[in-house]
Amino acid sequence: MEKVRVLSARFDLPDSHTIEVYLRTGGYQALRKALTEMTPEAVIEEVKRSALRGRGGAGFSTGMKWSFVPREADKPKYVIANADESEPGTCKDRVLMEKDPHAVIEGILLAAYAVDAHLAFIYIRGEYWYLKERLERAIEEARERGFVGANILGSGFACEIIVHPGAGAYICGEETALMESLEGKRGYPRIKPPFPAVVGLYGCPTVINNVETLASVPPIILRGGDWFRQLGTEKSGGTRLFAVSGHVARPGVYELPMGYPMKRMIEEECGGIRGGKRLKAVIPGGSSAPILTAEEVEQCTLDFESLAALKSMLGSGAIIVMDEDTDIAQVVYRITKFYEHESCGWCVPCREGTRWMRKLLERLLRGEGRPRDIDLLYELARNIFGTTHCPLGDAAAWAVYPAIEKFRADFEAYVRAPVVSVSAEVSTPRRLAV
Amino acid sequence: MGMISAEAEKKIQEIIARYPVKRSALLPVLFVVQQELGYLPDEALEEVARWLDLTFLDVATTVSFYTMFHRRPIGRYHIQICRNVSCYLCGSEAIREHLERRLGIRCGETTADGRFTLSEVECIGACSWAPAMQINFTFYHHLTPERVDEILRSLP
Repeated sequence: MEKVRVLSARFDLPDSHTIEVYLRTGGYQALRKALTEMTPEAVIEEVKRSALRGRGGAGFSTGMKWSFVPREADKPKYVIANADESEPGTCKDRVLMEKDPHAVIEGILLAAYAVDAHLAFIYIRGEYWYLKERLERAIEEARERGFVGANILGSGFACEIIVHPGAGAYICGEETALMESLEGKRGYPRIKPPFPAVVGLYGCPTVINNVETLASVPPIILRGGDWFRQLGTEKSGGTRLFAVSGHVARPGVYELPMGYPMKRMIEEECGGIRGGKRLKAVIPGGSSAPILTAEEVEQCTLDFESLAALKSMLGSGAIIVMDEDTDIAQVVYRITKFYEHESCGWCVPCREGTRWMRKLLERLLRGEGRPRDIDLLYELARNIFGTTHCPLGDAAAWAVYPAIEKFRADFEAYVRAPVVSVSAEVSTPRRLAV
Repeated sequence: MGMISAEAEKKIQEIIARYPVKRSALLPVLFVVQQELGYLPDEALEEVARWLDLTFLDVATTVSFYTMFHRRPIGRYHIQICRNVSCYLCGSEAIREHLERRLGIRCGETTADGRFTLSEVECIGACSWAPAMQINFTFYHHLTPERVDEILRSLP
């Protein structure tokens, strides 16, 4: 497969974050093209044709999302770039914003033009403060050249961009929690529907996309949706950034075409497993994605369809690689502790379930686990799944029960031999009708 | 009130003016105040509430949702070591133990001289360069115990 660099094309250039470099390498040409030659509808059509799917986690069609915004609404419309990158394992948006902030800004302007929004926000996690400052500088550079503000390039189209800091809450990466947070409230997810395209920020129609998704739009507009689509697979167009971490020789952020073999990426791009060890497992889409065994990795390609067929997901494109010495029970414990910490507390199955799972895992890892604890943990995870408003509960469950199915021995290693069978202290929970 | 400098207040008013709805400015305003005072005491939250036409409780209950806001003073250097999975796989526990030994405090504590606060945090987005930590807003990657010592020595 041809390795074309679309998103990372400028990453190795000196001062790649400046507008001079951006303009020298085709920057803001797509915006000029859209504003002078294309209707907003044509922009949406081109994005639909590209088969671009959300790079934040859910993988929803970007063009479809934009087309859901009602054209005739009498309310203002908003665009939000989701730069809250907090999914464990994920650090690709950070590289993108550091190396090529103008690509994000141009993508935001194109989205705003497509849906007729005149105010856009970049919601960036507070820990990325240096990137907040970098983006603000880039917006000022763009403003000085007439790409941001009133009457952009003399077209009559106006758009302002505000960079808004989050303050340390994973849940605010969920789009409706993000909007609550942007409104100055606690980041509780909203119940959907209505979807943000109709009722979003301040109750107004809102397009919210991950920053990498938005940065993919300028090349699509410039070179065509068909060109972008053929870089990847039929249903997962283009290339994307993969953040590889864990036990590989060369961890890093790599741009690869959708559909690229995962095994080949680990071996060729990342130099294989470090220290000549064997591969044990991969978490393929950030900590929320069900774990894959080494055998599953053999048949896996990096696209939404392949991961879905393996009952996992490509998620945020974070590939966490684990060698043969990894204790999966320890890994699952850390991830479960994370979800317990980040549960917003709104839904009982998530708030109480994540805490209970963490306690069970702690007892297990202390060597005090009972034989039934593994099944209890499994059932508990199954009962959290599908019973919460937002996907955090599902994510917490997905981190646990597939790991028990695939790596049960790692959990059993901690279980004490049963001494006596005592009366049912803990009963297997029944699945409640929901 | 006099807690906030005139310069910071000017910045705050500029931030508020940018948003179509005042309350939206809450998080960025709180960051300016925390930068100024080091933490967010009740009096500061009352002031913020007045600026944004909110109640003290609106502000306080929002603040408590977010881990980056501090309601009590913390050390001059806030060391935040990542404990999530990518960093764990690359040895973050040894780094945490080293820091605890070296500073003589556990995670969640502050040194007696008020110089360091040590915290364990969830994923900070440095997974490909693990293990990693942040000191205040600065990232440090590829940590080893030796590198940690070097970093601590280099702090003014």
